[in-house]
Amino acid sequence: MAKVTVDGIEVEVPNGASVLQACEAAGKEVPRFCYHERLSVAGNCRMCLVEVEKAPKPVASCAYPVMDGMKVFTDTAVVRQARRNVMEFLLINHPLDCPICDQGGECDLQDQAYAYGHDKSRYGEAKRAVKDKDIGPLVKTVMNRCIQCTRCVRFSAEVAGTPELGGTNRGENMEIGTYVEKALTSELSGNLIDICPVGALTSRPYAFVSRPWELSKTDSIDVLDAVGANIRVDARGPEVLRIIPRINEAVNEEWMADRGRFSFDGLKRRRLDRPWVKRDGKLVAATWPEAFAAIATKLAALPGDRIGAVAGALADAESTLALKDLMAAYGSNNLDCRDDFAAIDTSRPDFFRFNTTIAGIDEADALLIIGSDVRREAPVLNARIRTRWTAGKFPVGFVGPRGVDLTYPAQHLGEGPAAIQAFAETLKAAQKPMIILGRGALQRPDGAAVLAAAWALAEQTGALTPDWHGFNLLHLFGGQVGALELGFVTGKPLAEMLAGGVDALWLLNADGFDPGRIAASTFVIYQGHHGDAMAARADVILPGAAYTEKDATWVNTEGRAQRGRLAIFPPGEAKEDWRILRAYSEGVGRALPYDDTGAIRARLADASPIFARVGDVLRGGCADTTGPVGGPLTDAAFVLPIPVYHQADVISRASDTMAQCAAVYGPQPAMAAE
Amino acid sequence: MALSDKDRIFQNLYGFHDWKLPAARMRGCWDDTAAILARGRDAIIEEMKNSGLRGRGGAGFPTGMKWSFMPKQSDGRPSYLVVNADESEPGTCKDRDIIRHDPHTLVEGCLIAGFAMGAVAGYIYIRGEYYNESVVLEAAIAEAYEAGLLGKNAAGSGYDFDLYVHRGAGAYICGEETALIESLEGKKGMPRLKPPFPAAVGLYGCPTTVNNVETIAVVPTILRRGADWFASFGRPKNSGTKIFCIQGHVNKPCNVEAEMSIPMRELIERYAGGVRGGWDNLLCVIPGGSSTPLLPKHICDDVLMDFDALREHRSGLGTAAVIVMDKSTDVIRAIARLSAFYKHESCGQCTPCREGMGWVKRMMDRMVTGDAEVDEIDVLDNVTRRIEGHTICALADGGVWPVQGLIRHFRPLMEDRIAAFKARSTRLAAE
Repeated sequence: MAKVTVDGIEVEVPNGASVLQACEAAGKEVPRFCYHERLSVAGNCRMCLVEVEKAPKPVASCAYPVMDGMKVFTDTAVVRQARRNVMEFLLINHPLDCPICDQGGECDLQDQAYAYGHDKSRYGEAKRAVKDKDIGPLVKTVMNRCIQCTRCVRFSAEVAGTPELGGTNRGENMEIGTYVEKALTSELSGNLIDICPVGALTSRPYAFVSRPWELSKTDSIDVLDAVGANIRVDARGPEVLRIIPRINEAVNEEWMADRGRFSFDGLKRRRLDRPWVKRDGKLVAATWPEAFAAIATKLAALPGDRIGAVAGALADAESTLALKDLMAAYGSNNLDCRDDFAAIDTSRPDFFRFNTTIAGIDEADALLIIGSDVRREAPVLNARIRTRWTAGKFPVGFVGPRGVDLTYPAQHLGEGPAAIQAFAETLKAAQKPMIILGRGALQRPDGAAVLAAAWALAEQTGALTPDWHGFNLLHLFGGQVGALELGFVTGKPLAEMLAGGVDALWLLNADGFDPGRIAASTFVIYQGHHGDAMAARADVILPGAAYTEKDATWVNTEGRAQRGRLAIFPPGEAKEDWRILRAYSEGVGRALPYDDTGAIRARLADASPIFARVGDVLRGGCADTTGPVGGPLTDAAFVLPIPVYHQADVISRASDTMAQCAAVYGPQPAMAAE
Repeated sequence: MALSDKDRIFQNLYGFHDWKLPAARMRGCWDDTAAILARGRDAIIEEMKNSGLRGRGGAGFPTGMKWSFMPKQSDGRPSYLVVNADESEPGTCKDRDIIRHDPHTLVEGCLIAGFAMGAVAGYIYIRGEYYNESVVLEAAIAEAYEAGLLGKNAAGSGYDFDLYVHRGAGAYICGEETALIESLEGKKGMPRLKPPFPAAVGLYGCPTTVNNVETIAVVPTILRRGADWFASFGRPKNSGTKIFCIQGHVNKPCNVEAEMSIPMRELIERYAGGVRGGWDNLLCVIPGGSSTPLLPKHICDDVLMDFDALREHRSGLGTAAVIVMDKSTDVIRAIARLSAFYKHESCGQCTPCREGMGWVKRMMDRMVTGDAEVDEIDVLDNVTRRIEGHTICALADGGVWPVQGLIRHFRPLMEDRIAAFKARSTRLAAE
């Protein structure tokens, strides 16, 4: 530790810390543009200059290491003047178009200009003009505003692992760009918008839409992948206008994936905003009582054993529990939440959780990825793996299709389950080995065997010890784990229910399988928010709320329960899902024993302890190394579960922005000449 | 008293003789180099310290001290010597003559310097435009390998040392030592933040020392003839001999090796045939390459050419490229041209340099025609001071010093020009 005095305040900071960190420890704010805690230090904006005793000139605090006994001054005449100087230089070629700039109101340059800017410019020459670059459908560029801080360059190279941005030309002519114009291929490209301190990189879908002070801001959770990134939903009136990440060091740091960030326009399209009932083979609009009556009539005539329920990828924990309770009231235990047919074993939570935890990746020292394209299934988690890989001494093995670019080098061991043994020696040599099994790897007939084999490998290589749990299942969506935690896997499995094992099927946000597989005679109740393929098959449609429209609990792949909050109201007659189930149960005389959110959450906490410690996750070793039951293993190649990253769920499939992305990034039509 | 021929380190500066190894050996190069290395690292560094040699690349940092920063014990990383032959300072052409006419002084110097700092290999980063020079240098190195003077057991000393030549791509900034290292690593030539200094984390993250060509090339002779001999030239702390590049409005522009602290007037009149039209026709001199502020005639009359004397006059020895301007010169335009150069060569990393150099250049362009206000001279001076000392490297400092020198010494001329422009435009308007 080094003792540093900042403006007379003595602080202790670790050796090797920067002067800027010492200043922050002392509670002194130091303005900066190029410095970012999670990126390498560039030291080029020169805004963070401070005075250090005995240094001949002001030093860039972000890049200057502390020394014991150092005296730092952050608020002297020299420092203020130096910052004013830098600000003047930054502004001479800046267009000063704040009134039409989307960064206005949340712009670092604008804020700092209030502190260190001049009221008029001494610069009378022509300003520099820079051509805007087209870097894809998500990030809009206005390169005149760029202050060349190179945060975006460092983010793409270091965090995203797609080094596609760089500076071309020298001096005043330096431009940030891709050199040959192209769309950025990162699934984290939206974060460029957040880290850009000025309005050079802004959100294309949000362009000229709103000002930050007009938005109502609601903390929520991203459910479009299973990382559970903490987000803030910015809405105005009935519309979500943008989604940005919040900081949560244990989950998403401060990043979020593009699908979660940009697919919100799908919340306005193809919505189920009123109940529908099928009459004479045709869905017709109905009222709530009519829809409930249609269901009640059907279900009343069936024995409990002939009724089944499926919870899908985007079902929240409250409504899943309510559905479970409703089914119990009907005497049915035919529940399945594995709507993608993944052979998940729910007999013990650590069979289906990401046990190492996301933060635990930082400690791991070897990794085997089985049948999962982590980059596209959980981009933020992949960035964490990449950060760990960057730190060094982190061998990564990959079993799955060829040609998957994870943004860090991974040894390709093979395409089928037999190849996993090839990495056993590396894992054994490691102190804290880690295995990530993709949920997609279990969506095959021998899925249970794959699960058992992966667990066995973990046990055999020392990944399961009393203080380290290296077995991880990576889920795909925010609603999947909550249902598993609630034990929504009993009775007849999904395949049997579809094949005629039940006569009535209640689908809660279940869009994971082909509706054509449902036996023709089965009565289907679809409760959800988007009119995707499954809704067309339904006999009764109950319009539910999307994740931005309800107070709900979501469980991420680690088994971390987190609360999303209502940012906007559901459209039309749509309602919060658990309330729909509660209202229905009342009508059929089987009232569920909870009337408000507090009561159902108390019931949740009873059902599983993870709901009693919202926001937190209990991390520990593996107490019992007995594995799940497998079966005969084939060596069929693994198939990745998400063919098109930008259109993996009902919300993104309804999104125009995501459709544009799919057109740009998806398979390109062959050229005429080919 | 002029430097006698026998005391000149570069015996073939003008290329009157062959540069190849046999001829170089006859001039004394590679004469029992093994014996020099046998003195040991510490003795060599001590001798260099005693010689008072200061870096010849412009900054004038004591060479022996710089070498002593290199780790004595390796922590597993190799150490490297990097020779800066990216001679791009306008007006400077000394390294070029050393490389094309006397390359073996450099090659031998690399071996000795590399040994003294425990380097396993040396890299000579040569300016891309010096194509012919790089050919000569490569040939000289090949000769040295052929003769067993480099490589395994170099020169029979028992020390292994490899030497490579790398050609740059023509950026002035790559003459800055950390930008040079970046460029050598294959990256964009942008200066690194210091600390860490190259002696701790340099080329490929390993301890590295970057020295100028002339600094390295004088090392063998200093060690052969002794620190005292070298220190006997020039004033204390400014000792030795130095190649001066005299150009501009002189009768016989030349490179010449002379002793340090020679009076400027003597240097110009003895070696370069005097100022065109006589000493009284002198307007000003840029004493050390384009980065150093100019000196008007009254200072040039009696200033000594060394680090400290020029610093007293708020200029510097720099690379000792003496640019002489007589009274026919439009000095404002001359300095404006330098501003254009520095604007073009700024790497674009630090805000003050990237944005400021263009501003300075544009204001200087207007100062040339006089299309400005008198208080803009103060703005110009103020802007240069806002740039100076606020950047990662010294390019910005070197870029604004000429402008500051101009304002310091020729402000009345600038004001006259502005007044003349105003008078002209008023007349035009009246007509």
